[in-house]
Amino acid sequence: MSETTNKNNSTPLVKRGLAEMLKGGVIMDVVTADQAKIAEDAGAVAVMALERVPADIRAQGGVARMSDPDLIDQIIASVSIPVMAKARIGHFVEAQILASLKVDYIDESEVLSPADYVNHIDKWKFDVPFVCGATNLGEALRRITEGAAMIRSKGEAGTGDVSEATKHIRTILGEIRALGAKSDDELYVAAKELQAPYELVKEVARTKKLPVVLFTAGGVATPADAALMMQLGADGVFVGSGIFKSGNPAARAAAIVKATTSFDDPDVVAAASRGLGEAMVGINVSDIPAPHRLADRGW
Amino acid sequence: MGPIGVLSLQGDFREHLATLEALSFAAVKVRKPSDLEGISGLIIPGGESTVIDKLSKIYNLAEPIKELIAKGMPVFGTCAGLIMLANKLEDATPTQETFGGLDVVVQRNAFGSQANSFETTLVFTGIAEPVSAAFIRAPIVLNLGPNVEALASLPNGEIVAVRSGNILGISFHPEVCDENAVHAYFVEMCKTANFTSTN
Repeated sequence: MSETTNKNNSTPLVKRGLAEMLKGGVIMDVVTADQAKIAEDAGAVAVMALERVPADIRAQGGVARMSDPDLIDQIIASVSIPVMAKARIGHFVEAQILASLKVDYIDESEVLSPADYVNHIDKWKFDVPFVCGATNLGEALRRITEGAAMIRSKGEAGTGDVSEATKHIRTILGEIRALGAKSDDELYVAAKELQAPYELVKEVARTKKLPVVLFTAGGVATPADAALMMQLGADGVFVGSGIFKSGNPAARAAAIVKATTSFDDPDVVAAASRGLGEAMVGINVSDIPAPHRLADRGW
Repeated sequence: MGPIGVLSLQGDFREHLATLEALSFAAVKVRKPSDLEGISGLIIPGGESTVIDKLSKIYNLAEPIKELIAKGMPVFGTCAGLIMLANKLEDATPTQETFGGLDVVVQRNAFGSQANSFETTLVFTGIAEPVSAAFIRAPIVLNLGPNVEALASLPNGEIVAVRSGNILGISFHPEVCDENAVHAYFVEMCKTANFTSTN
C-alpha cells in the first residue's frame, strides 16, 4: 500500500482533464452569488462569474473588463462546482489576478474588450487552465498552441440568436473532417492555410478531433438551441444571457441541462421546452453592425 | 456474462467506454432504466457529482441503481463516481444525495481549486505495477467502515482507493491517463461476481 513518487501539478493532462469532466454539461453565466446557487441547483456543471452578462455589456457599451475580485470571491464561496472567470484577450495581468483568486478556469474572452490587438495570453505560463473562443479550426489550433486547455466556439454572445454558434461549431467540425480526409503530404499546406503548427494539424488529422474538449457558446437561449449544439457535435454548452435574462431562470436552467443530456431524444427536449415563460428577447445578429460583433475579436 | 454498463448522463463516460473497449470487454451506455437490464457491473464516471445526482433522479435511474448495488452488483466509481457511492459526504450541497453502498465518509474537492489538481503514480493493492492517476478537483476518503479496505493512499496517508465487497471507489481518473489496470481489476471483480442484472 501507499508510496507515491511525485505529484505533478498543472500538466496539460490535468488542465485538459477538468474540461473532460465537464462534458455533457451546461456552464452558466452568473453575476451574483444567488444566481450561482440557482445555477448549481439547476444542474450546472460550472459557473462563469462575471459582472455583467453579455446582453448587458452589449446594451450598456463602454469598456468591459475583468470582474471585481470581491464578486468572484463571493461566487467561489457560494458554490461547490467549478468557477470560471473572464480575462480580456491579451490581458495577462487580469489572468494573474484570477489565478491568485483561485478560479478553476480562466476564459480569455472576446466578450470583454480586448487588451491586446496582436497577442493572446501565453497560457502555458499559468497553473490554472484556460478556455478560449474560436470561430474556425485555425483559430482553435492557435489558441491550443498558446496553451488553451479547452475551446468553445464563439457564436455571438448576448444576442439569443443561435445562428453564429451554429456557423462556428459547423465550421470547426467541418474543417476537422476535411483535414481527416487529406493525405499526409497535403497536411503541410493545410498547416500553412490554417496558420497553425504542422504537428498539431497532423495530430488533428490523425485523431479526427481536437486534442481538447470543444464546447459551444454565444446565443444559446432555449433547450432546443442546446440540443442543436449537442447534435452538431459539441461536447457541452455555455449559456450566457439566455438564462438570467429570461422570465424564469431556475426552470429554464434546469430545462437546458435536461435537453443537453438528452439532446438526441426529441420527446425529452419537447417536454423540457414546455412552460418556461419568456425567453430572452434577443437581437438578430444580422442587425448588429460589424464593429459591434464580438466574435470578430481574436486573431 | 453481460456487458459492463457505464452511467452516461454527464462527465467522462466516453473515456470509460474506450478503456473497456481497449480491454476487449463489452460495454454499454446507461442512460435510462432499461439500459440496466442484463449488465454484469456498472461504472460511475467522473463528472460533477451534483449534476450526476440530479440527472440520475430525473431519469429514474437512482432507485434501480441503489437496488442493484444492494443486490450485490459490482460497481466502480471514479472521482464523482466515488462520491456517488459514499454513504456520507463532507461538503455536500444542501440537497445533494448519493446512491450509497460504500460505508465511508468522502470529502468533496479535498485538494482545493483546479490549480491543486495533479498527476502521480500510486501503488495499488492487488495490481502489480504502479498505477497512473490524475486527481482533478478530487475527493478523498475520510473514514472507513469496518468492512472497507483501503487499496491506495497518497504519501501523507490520504486514502484514495477503497473496496468493500463488490464496490470499488477511487478518487482519481485512470481513464484519462491511458491506464487500464484498475479497469482490468474491476473486470475481474465482475467475472468473479458473475452477476446479471434483472429489473
